[in-house]
Amino acid sequence: MTSKKNNPCADGTCRVPTSQRPQTISTDANNGDIGALVTVVIDDQEVKVPMGTTILEAARSIGVKIPTLCYHEDLCIAGVCRICLVEVEGQRTLQASCAYPITQPITVKTHTAKVRQARRHILDLMLSEHYGECYACFRNNNCELQSLAKEYGVDYFRFGHPEKSRHKIDRSSYSVVRDMDKCIQCRRCVRTCIDLQEVGVLEALGRGDKTEIATYLDKPLGDVVCINCGQCINRCPTGALRANDPTDEVWAAIDDPTKHVVMQTAPSPRAGICEEFGMEAGTPMTWEMNTALRRCGFDKVFDTNFTADLTIIEEGTELIIRLYKTLVEGDTSMPLPQFTSCSPGWVKYIEHFYPERLGHVSSAKSPQQMFGAMIKTWYAQINNIDPADIVSVALMPCSAKKFECNRPEMCDSGYKDIDYGLTTRELAQMIREAGIHLPDMPKSDFDDPFGTATGSGVIFGATGGVMEAALRTVIELITGKKVEDFYEHADIIPVRGFEGCRYVELQIPEEVGPVPDLIKHLVPNWDWVKGATLKVGVAHGTANAKKVMEDIKAGGKFSECHFIEFMACPGGCLGGGGQPIPTTPEIRAARARAIYAEDAAYGKAGKPRKSHENPAVLRVYEEFLKEGPCGHLSHKLLHTSYTPRGKFIG
Amino acid sequence: MSTMNDTMLATIEADAGLKAALQQSRIDVIGIIRDSGMKGRGGAGFPTGVKWNLAAGVHSDKKYVVCNADEGEPGTFKDRVIMSDWPDLVFEGMTIAAYAIGADEGIVYLRGEYTYLVKQLEECLQKRRDNGLLGHSIQGKEGFNFDIHIHMGSGAYVCGEETALIESLEGQRGEPRNRPPFPVNTGFKGRPTIVNNVETFAWASAILSKGADWFKSFGTDKSTGLKLFSVSGDVARPGVYEFPMGITISELLNQVGGEGAKAVQIGGASGHCVPASQFGRTIAYEDIATGGSIIVFGPERDMLDVVENFLEFFQDESCGQCTPCRIGNTKLLDGVRMLKRGECSMKYLRELVKLGQTMQIAAKCGLGQSSPNAFLSIVENFQNEIMGRIPASA
Repeated sequence: MTSKKNNPCADGTCRVPTSQRPQTISTDANNGDIGALVTVVIDDQEVKVPMGTTILEAARSIGVKIPTLCYHEDLCIAGVCRICLVEVEGQRTLQASCAYPITQPITVKTHTAKVRQARRHILDLMLSEHYGECYACFRNNNCELQSLAKEYGVDYFRFGHPEKSRHKIDRSSYSVVRDMDKCIQCRRCVRTCIDLQEVGVLEALGRGDKTEIATYLDKPLGDVVCINCGQCINRCPTGALRANDPTDEVWAAIDDPTKHVVMQTAPSPRAGICEEFGMEAGTPMTWEMNTALRRCGFDKVFDTNFTADLTIIEEGTELIIRLYKTLVEGDTSMPLPQFTSCSPGWVKYIEHFYPERLGHVSSAKSPQQMFGAMIKTWYAQINNIDPADIVSVALMPCSAKKFECNRPEMCDSGYKDIDYGLTTRELAQMIREAGIHLPDMPKSDFDDPFGTATGSGVIFGATGGVMEAALRTVIELITGKKVEDFYEHADIIPVRGFEGCRYVELQIPEEVGPVPDLIKHLVPNWDWVKGATLKVGVAHGTANAKKVMEDIKAGGKFSECHFIEFMACPGGCLGGGGQPIPTTPEIRAARARAIYAEDAAYGKAGKPRKSHENPAVLRVYEEFLKEGPCGHLSHKLLHTSYTPRGKFIG
Repeated sequence: MSTMNDTMLATIEADAGLKAALQQSRIDVIGIIRDSGMKGRGGAGFPTGVKWNLAAGVHSDKKYVVCNADEGEPGTFKDRVIMSDWPDLVFEGMTIAAYAIGADEGIVYLRGEYTYLVKQLEECLQKRRDNGLLGHSIQGKEGFNFDIHIHMGSGAYVCGEETALIESLEGQRGEPRNRPPFPVNTGFKGRPTIVNNVETFAWASAILSKGADWFKSFGTDKSTGLKLFSVSGDVARPGVYEFPMGITISELLNQVGGEGAKAVQIGGASGHCVPASQFGRTIAYEDIATGGSIIVFGPERDMLDVVENFLEFFQDESCGQCTPCRIGNTKLLDGVRMLKRGECSMKYLRELVKLGQTMQIAAKCGLGQSSPNAFLSIVENFQNEIMGRIPASA
C-alpha cells in the first residue's frame, strides 16, 4: 500500500526490480484500510496521514525537512542512499523514510544523535568516492551532494577523498557525457532509464565495491540503445551525467569575424531559462533573451517557431496525403496512424525499439533541422551570404538535438544543416560568462525573415502542443471556418494536460470548405472527410510511447488513430534533457503555463495563432518552395528518412 | 556426536510428521510449531510459527513456500549435510508448511555450488510424487495440492537474504528489497511467501512427528530445541554437530576438540568474535545467536588476519546497493590493513568503530547490518593484540 501521490509506480506498471521500489501491501485483508487515516508523531508533531503515506511525505506535509538523494519525485523509490534515515520508535535499526509506508501509528524522530551521525557517515562515505573538484563541475552550486555536505557541516573528509581518477569519461555519445568518477550510485539514472523512459540502457553492474552504473557490457554510451533524451542528466544529483557541451566552439564561431553566426531559439528554453537566473519557474524570458543573445555576439536571432509552423504545413500536408491515399485510393504504402517526428529522442526510440513501424513516422524533419536547411539555402541566397560562412546554432531544451544535428543525413543544404545544438543550461552559462543578468535585459524582437511566428509554434514546447497546432490548421483548412467557431479562443483543451497517453476524437462537420490553393494539387475536394471522426493520440515520455505502440500492435484504440503525437520527454520539450536542473512535476507545470500564456498573448496582440496564417511561411512557399508543401524541393530540404536500428549492439 | 547418524534428527521417522499434520487443522499445525518455540535456523531467529501464521492470515489466490538452501555463510555446511542425508525431512517440512499456510507451490533455492546434489534431490522429489507425498490431494487430503521444484542460485552470498533471494527467483539482480512489507505478505511475484532455512523445515517435520513438548525438552526457555552446528577451524574434530540450544562455548569446544582456542567466531562472517574470557557464554538467541557456523581460532591466529579475511568477503559480497554497506566495508577493510601496517591512529580507529555502529543500524538489509560485527567485536575484545601495531608517534 503506497499513496498515489508522488509515487509514479503506484499504477503497477513499474519496470524496475522490486528491490528498487517501495513495496505495496494490497491484500483482501487490508484493502479496506487503504485511504484510512493513521496518526504519526514526527519530532513531537502529530499528524494524520492516509495509510501508506511514507514517513518522508508525512514529514514534508508538516514542514519537517528530511534530506534525500536517491529519492526523486518523478521516480519510483529505491531506498539505497540511506541519507533519509530516521528513527522509528521501537525499531532497532534506522529506517529509510522515503521507503517506509506508514501502516500503523508510529513515532518518528528525524534528527537524533544516531540519525545525525549516520547521515554524516553516509555523506563522508559518498565523498570518499566522489572524485573531482566542485570548481570544475557544471553542477557547482546546483549539486545535491554539495548542498548536503554544507547542510550537514562536512568540514573534512573523514574517510578520505579520492586523489586519482578511476574512470574514463565516456564522451562517445553526441548527447550525454558520463563521468562515473562523480557517481554516488543513487541509481536515479537507472530508474529514469528503466522505469520513467522504459529504455533501459543503464543498470548496476558488478557487486560489492565493484558495483558501478554501466551500459550493456559496459559499452560506450554512443554504441548502445540510448535515445539521448537526457532525462538521466536532469535527475542526476551530481555532475556524473551532463550534456555534451559545445559552448567553446560556439564562442569560437562568434569570435571569428568571417563567420555569420545565427541562433534559433525553441519555445521551451524561453520558458525555462529563468530558473537558471534564480527566478521562479514559469517566468518567460523570450524577449529578454533576444537582447542577451545579440549582446553575446550572435549575428541574428531567429524563432524556431517559424519552422514549427512550417512543420505543421509539411507534416499536416503529409497527413492529408496519407489519409487520402489510404482512405480514398486504398493505397496502403503510407500507413496510418501517422506519427510525429519532431522529438529526436522519440525518433531514435522508434528506430531502436519499433523499427518495423518507421513507415508511420512523418518524413518531415524537426523544426530545428528544417530551420538549418532553410538558413543555409534560402536565407543565404536572399542575403547573399556564402553558406560555408554561416554557423547555425540551435537553442533547444534537448540533449537529443545534439545527436540529431549530427545525423549524417542532416546535410541537405549541402552543408551541416545545424552546426551546434545548445541546451538551455549551456546558453545560460554563456550569458553569465558574458556578464549579463538576463532578467535585466531590455526586450527585443526576433530578426526577419524568420522572426514571425504564431502561437501554434510556441505550444510545440508542451505535450499535446504539436497536435493542437496541427488540429488548428487542419480544422480550418477542411472546414473553411475559424477554429474559434469550434473551440473557445482556439484552445483545443482535450489534447492538453499531463496525462501520459491521451486519446481524443473530433467530429468533422458535414459542411466542409474548399480545398486551399496551397494543397489543391494534392486533394481534389474534402467530400471524403465529411462527417468523419478524426482520431488522434498524444503520448509523452517514452514509457507512455511504449504503451501506445503496444496498444497499436494489439489492435487497440490507438491503432485506429489517424495521427499521434509522441514526445520522448515527460511533459514534452519543456521537460527536455537540456532544461535547467532540477525538474519536478510542479516545475514542468509552471513551464507549461508560461508556454500557453505566450500562445494566448499572440491572440491578445492580434497576432496569428495558427501555422497556416504565418506570413513568413506563406512567403517561403511563394518565393522558394514554389511547388508547395511536400513538393520536390521541400522533400529535398525539409524531409528526411530514418534508420531501422533495432536493439542489436555491435 | 561427530557422526551425523548419532543425531536426533537421524531418528525422525520419515513422513510421520506430515501424516500427523494432515490429520489436524491448518491452525492447529501452526499452533504446534508456535508452541515448540522454534526460531528460524538460518540465524536471524524469527519465530517460525509466527512467520507461518502471518502468511496463513493473508488472503491470496497463490502462496509460496521457499526453502532457503543458499547456504553461503562462511563456515556453514550443515544444510548441505541435511540436503544430502535427509532430503525427505526437508521436503516433508515444506509440505507441512504448505498445508499450514495454504500454498501450492514450493521452491528450493539451492546454492550454485551444490549443483551436484540436484540429481539426488530430483530423484527424491519424484519418489515423493510417486508415493503421493507431493502432487494432487496429498495423502488423500482433498484439495491439498503441492509440488516442489528446484531453482539454482548463481553464487551471490546476499541471495541468502530472503528478499534478495526472492528477487533472484524473479530473475533480477539479487538485491534486498525495502521492508516493510515482508515476504509473508508480499513475496515472490507479489504473493505471500514464507522463506525458511533448510534446517527449519527439517525440524518442523520432527516437531510434527514428535510433538512440541519433545522439542521444548531441549534447549532453553527462549531458545528451544536442538540445532545443527558446522564446526571448523582450529579443532581436532571439525564437522557437523547436533547440540541443544543454550550450550556454552566451552562445552561445545570440549566436544569438538577445540580446547585452548583463543577465540570463536559464532555466526560466520556476519557473526560475533568471542574471546576466551567469554567462553562461558551460551549459544542461544538470548545470548549469542547463530545460523550454525562455529569457526575456532587457535592461539597462533592473528586476529587482524581473521577480520581482514571477513571484510574482504563483505567487500565482494555486498550487493552494492546501499551506501553504508558498499563503501563502509571497504573503509573498514582499509582500516584493518592500516592497523596491520601500524598506520592507523587511535582517532581513526575510533571513527571506524563509529562507522561500524552506523552500518549496523543504517544498512538496507541484514547483510550490511551485520557485516561490521566481526570488526567491532575484534576491536573490542582484542584491543591489545591489534593496537600493539600502532606506532607510538600516532
